[in-house]
Amino acid sequence: MSEEERIREGLLKRFSSLEGKIRLQRAKRLFADVPCDDFTAALEYASRELRFQMLLTITGLDEGENLGFIYHLAREDGITLNLKISVKKDGPGIRTVTPYFPGAEIYERELVDLLGARIEGLKEGRRYPLPDDWPEGQYPLRKDWNTKALKDKEANKNA
Amino acid sequence: MHDIRIPVGPQHPALKEPESFRLALSGEKIMEASVRLGYNHRGIEKACEERTYIQDLYLIERICGICSHAHSTCFLQAVEEIAGLEIPRRAAYIRTVIAELERIHSHLLWLGVAGHEVGFDTLLMYSWKDREIVLDLLAQMTGNRVNYGINTIGGVRRDITAALAKEVIKGIDTLEKRTGYYIEVARQEPTLINRLSGVGVLSRQDVLSLGAVGPTARASGVVRDVRKDDPYAAYGELDFDVITDKHNDVYGRTLVRLKELLESYKIIRQALDDMPQGQLAVKAPRKIPAGEALSRYEAPRGEDVHYVKSNGTDKPERVKVRAPTLANIQTVALMLEDRYLADMPIVVAAIDPCFSCTDRLISLKQEHRRRRVTRWEELRVYGIEWYRRRGVDFSRLNGNFKL
Repeated sequence: MSEEERIREGLLKRFSSLEGKIRLQRAKRLFADVPCDDFTAALEYASRELRFQMLLTITGLDEGENLGFIYHLAREDGITLNLKISVKKDGPGIRTVTPYFPGAEIYERELVDLLGARIEGLKEGRRYPLPDDWPEGQYPLRKDWNTKALKDKEANKNA
Repeated sequence: MHDIRIPVGPQHPALKEPESFRLALSGEKIMEASVRLGYNHRGIEKACEERTYIQDLYLIERICGICSHAHSTCFLQAVEEIAGLEIPRRAAYIRTVIAELERIHSHLLWLGVAGHEVGFDTLLMYSWKDREIVLDLLAQMTGNRVNYGINTIGGVRRDITAALAKEVIKGIDTLEKRTGYYIEVARQEPTLINRLSGVGVLSRQDVLSLGAVGPTARASGVVRDVRKDDPYAAYGELDFDVITDKHNDVYGRTLVRLKELLESYKIIRQALDDMPQGQLAVKAPRKIPAGEALSRYEAPRGEDVHYVKSNGTDKPERVKVRAPTLANIQTVALMLEDRYLADMPIVVAAIDPCFSCTDRLISLKQEHRRRRVTRWEELRVYGIEWYRRRGVDFSRLNGNFKL
């Protein structure tokens, strides 16, 4: 059994909700769709028990009604585990992963600014990467956003 | 209680992106440092969603003027994985040669900048003169000194002829001798050792918890290199070592980059010797089938990460880029704390952020509320003078080293 398969078995044994949701795309690449309820536990299990000690980054996706977040985790042997979670745009949001990965702070701020993610537990701090005077409610990486909408809003304000 | 709070930046020539630091000083010591980024956010990820894959390739190559091949290769690896394209082996070798030449150009650039920030301008003059050799080679091979445009979806656009390979070897031979000299300087020159040792200290534990990458991580004893851990292009077939060091400071980062140059020469020689014959590219479809891929690449500054999600059209659904500087910048605040203000230029430079030539300002708020404005250049001179008064002086060196 390959190391990747062992990781999949480990995750399945611990989280029955992942049945059929783990994909081994190629050597060293695992993708998993994790239900919201199990997400924090799965992340903790991967980082502490399965030795995924690096968080490469977090990708945010606009999926229509939902926002998707992919946590790209990596191990010393080069295997990456991409844990994906989806939450309702108008729902309660996600929890910060900074207790497990202190370096995640900047990646989470990026999700807040560019996608309008709500991240519970993220400590106060300077925003990233948009300017301090960026208008509220404008999230550039949302699919329905474009520069025209922003310009129209600014024009209305000035008029 | 801290006496003075100063903002440094956001116009900040030590960095690719303008960036600002807030420093709280007590006397000459930095007690607290916080970083604000994003001044140069150009919306490239959003722009990629509105353009075709081939247009994106050229846009992504321009994310960085130095690691341009790093970004374009990293992006293409993801696209090629989704499309199920296997690039010809010759193309993989050519990508590897260009990648290592780019690393040499980047590390020599860094060496000069580091020399400049600590007042060792002779080192800047020497290393940047040597860097011209590699830039000329890149221009000969690709047509450009930077932003090479060698990549295309499914392979590369230009071949390395036997005559060109000979030129590259000639250049590498010269650079290897020069690198040997720089390593000798770094190992023996007490002024350089004293100036860089114990400055910008980052423990192994800090690297692991903050997720630092590249030479910044390797100089703290963390064996982390995508070329070995998750080989791409031709790296899996080539013999080279991952250079690490246990100094945990700017001195260690200098040694790591210098020794990595030797590994790059080794890689290029092997890749040119063993270059397989064959075509340069396979035909790529205009529309990329729906899928997703994560691509990793060891850029000169550390790991570059691209995530691409496709939707079956000729434009990607999502492109996500994590450049190495973003992973490393969080360590800077930690490295500055409890250190002298005079060390700030070299500590910031030591993670090797991309440099631009704009001016930057720092504004000192003094007790009696008068404001004094100090240019970055003055801060640099201040740093050099501060150490000169304590016996670390490069001006006495000039002429002592024979080539």
